[in-house]
Amino acid sequence: MELWLSQLFAGLGVAAVLLLIALGLTFTFGQMNVINMAHGEFIMAGAYTPYLLQGVLGAGLAGLAFGVALPVAFLVTGLLGLVLERTLIRRLYGRPLDTLLVTWGISLMLQQLARDLFGAPNVQVVAPAWLRGALDVGPVSLSYARLFTIALVTLIVVAVGIYLTRLAHGRRMRAVMQNRQLAGCSGIDTDRVDQLTFFVGSGLAGVAGVALTLLGPIGPGIGTGYIVDAFLVVIVGGLGQLRGAVIAAVGLGLLNSFLEYGTTASLAKVGVFAVIVVFLQFRPQGLVALRTRALT
Amino acid sequence: MTGGGAAEQRRHPRLRQGAVVAATLAVVVVLPLVVSQFRLALLSKYLVFAVVAIGLNLAWGYGGMLSLGHGVFFGLGAYCTGMYLKLAEAGSGLPDFMSWSGVSSLPAIWAPFRHAWFALPAAVLVPMGVAALLGASVFRRRVRGAYFALLTQALAAAFAILLVGQQGLTGGTNGLTNFSTVFGLEPGNPRTTQILFFAAAAAAAVAFLVVRQIVQSRFGRLLVAVRDGEDRVRFLGYDATRVKVVAFALSAGLAGLAGALFVPIVGIISPADVGVVPSIEMVVWVAIGGRATLAGPVIGALLVSYANTALSEWYPDGWLYLQGALFVVAVVWAPRGLAGLADRFRHLAWRPGSRRRAEVAVGAASP
Repeated sequence: MELWLSQLFAGLGVAAVLLLIALGLTFTFGQMNVINMAHGEFIMAGAYTPYLLQGVLGAGLAGLAFGVALPVAFLVTGLLGLVLERTLIRRLYGRPLDTLLVTWGISLMLQQLARDLFGAPNVQVVAPAWLRGALDVGPVSLSYARLFTIALVTLIVVAVGIYLTRLAHGRRMRAVMQNRQLAGCSGIDTDRVDQLTFFVGSGLAGVAGVALTLLGPIGPGIGTGYIVDAFLVVIVGGLGQLRGAVIAAVGLGLLNSFLEYGTTASLAKVGVFAVIVVFLQFRPQGLVALRTRALT
Repeated sequence: MTGGGAAEQRRHPRLRQGAVVAATLAVVVVLPLVVSQFRLALLSKYLVFAVVAIGLNLAWGYGGMLSLGHGVFFGLGAYCTGMYLKLAEAGSGLPDFMSWSGVSSLPAIWAPFRHAWFALPAAVLVPMGVAALLGASVFRRRVRGAYFALLTQALAAAFAILLVGQQGLTGGTNGLTNFSTVFGLEPGNPRTTQILFFAAAAAAAVAFLVVRQIVQSRFGRLLVAVRDGEDRVRFLGYDATRVKVVAFALSAGLAGLAGALFVPIVGIISPADVGVVPSIEMVVWVAIGGRATLAGPVIGALLVSYANTALSEWYPDGWLYLQGALFVVAVVWAPRGLAGLADRFRHLAWRPGSRRRAEVAVGAASP
């Protein structure tokens, strides 16, 4: 029982990070059909933000630096995304596979840039004092860092949900996703919506990066490890569907965690992949699919 | 299909083909005589990569199935050969790495690889089988485009992690290496290098001719049609799924063949050669050379690999910047790669009227 609970908690921790990354992809991939492989490097940029801020503010203010890093990372990676969208991705709308290839090229360059700027070895971000230690619930020990990540992700999911359904900006975004031409005809400036979507999606990658610093040391290649899994979350959840992404992230996170316990970490990855291929036999469009009569 | 080159080929088809074949043969025969053994081994490696690129082009360029997991098929072929070489060296004992990781008896999966007649066909057939299985299950449910690409990428990631994790079975991170015999030949011997070079050149030639034959056949036309309008092909009564599965499996088989040659030539196969990054590099070769052109992938694989070696020797960190930049430029501004550029220049110079045709092909080639 205790084992189950701690495994469940570990799975939720993995799920929270996956979800945070997949949320960003829900915007760029789901809403705009852009496969941004550089999303992983945006995560990396976000992860280096608290590291740099802690360097500037000094060790005494490590906690403050961490807190400030959350919005700063959002802005920094959001702007990175905006620049990428304006310079390259704008030329490739309607060619999703090409966006994948181009952004992979960008991701290579960003990784090397990070290696040149920060050095190849991993660095450790100092966790704020209030996130060290763990909460003991009976026999199970819940680390504050994981709890914080789960709470942060919950908050962001709720915020994104409200944004997409209640606010004018978010509604426009969904309108453009569902029918670009019609949205344009109704007076929505689709070009500006695209920019904003990309800004928000990339910004979320930055926040995910800051959250990752709580889980361990960070390095130039930190994003690549997560990005493949996060894309799987989007595929399983359904393109551009917040609800689907949440269910898929929790499902895959838990599946991975329990398979890892039952077998080994490497077999668990293969197991998750097999489950996904079988799952796609039944729901090739993902858990939550937007119904459409259009043929591709 | 092959762009505007067809018009010119019609004028002197035999002459031009004959010249190309003669020139290629001459280069292949003369090279081993003039370059050092080290360079010859490198060239053999590039030719092996060209085989992968030719195969990947069949799936992606002509079939529209972007596979980011061809490293898996390459790796399956390579590990099949590697297992044979390891067992040939061990004789009746265990391969060296197994004793290091505390494996006491030969795992059942290794046993049949003692025989070359099993291991070598398996190097091609196992990747084909895996590709057919994956293809049949996902294409049947019409998982395609970006979804398919990301799924194959996840496969590559899982495969590499599995290889690292199963230390006693696969040699872990180190992979399979230190072969003391290569099909009865002595590794490192100049004669061996030459034989392997000819084998690689022959494989590249066979792969090229097979794919050319396929593309020019009825099946090839169907494949391109599926790429450009899968639903329409289906409405016409064809089994689009079967077309895709066959093309994908053939493509994987060529990657497996390349893997089988890679091991004796390079002397090692490890998870670092088969994961996500090497898989995307394979796509880079095709993209830069020119997808949906016959010669493009060969040129792309040779040039990009050569640039990789040259730049890594000269300025190691620069290679990643250059590779990234090359890729961005190639995809955004030259979607048909070097072959597309060459075509366009030829038309500008000689037949201004047919420039339009070349551009139609560009549109069609970017799914």
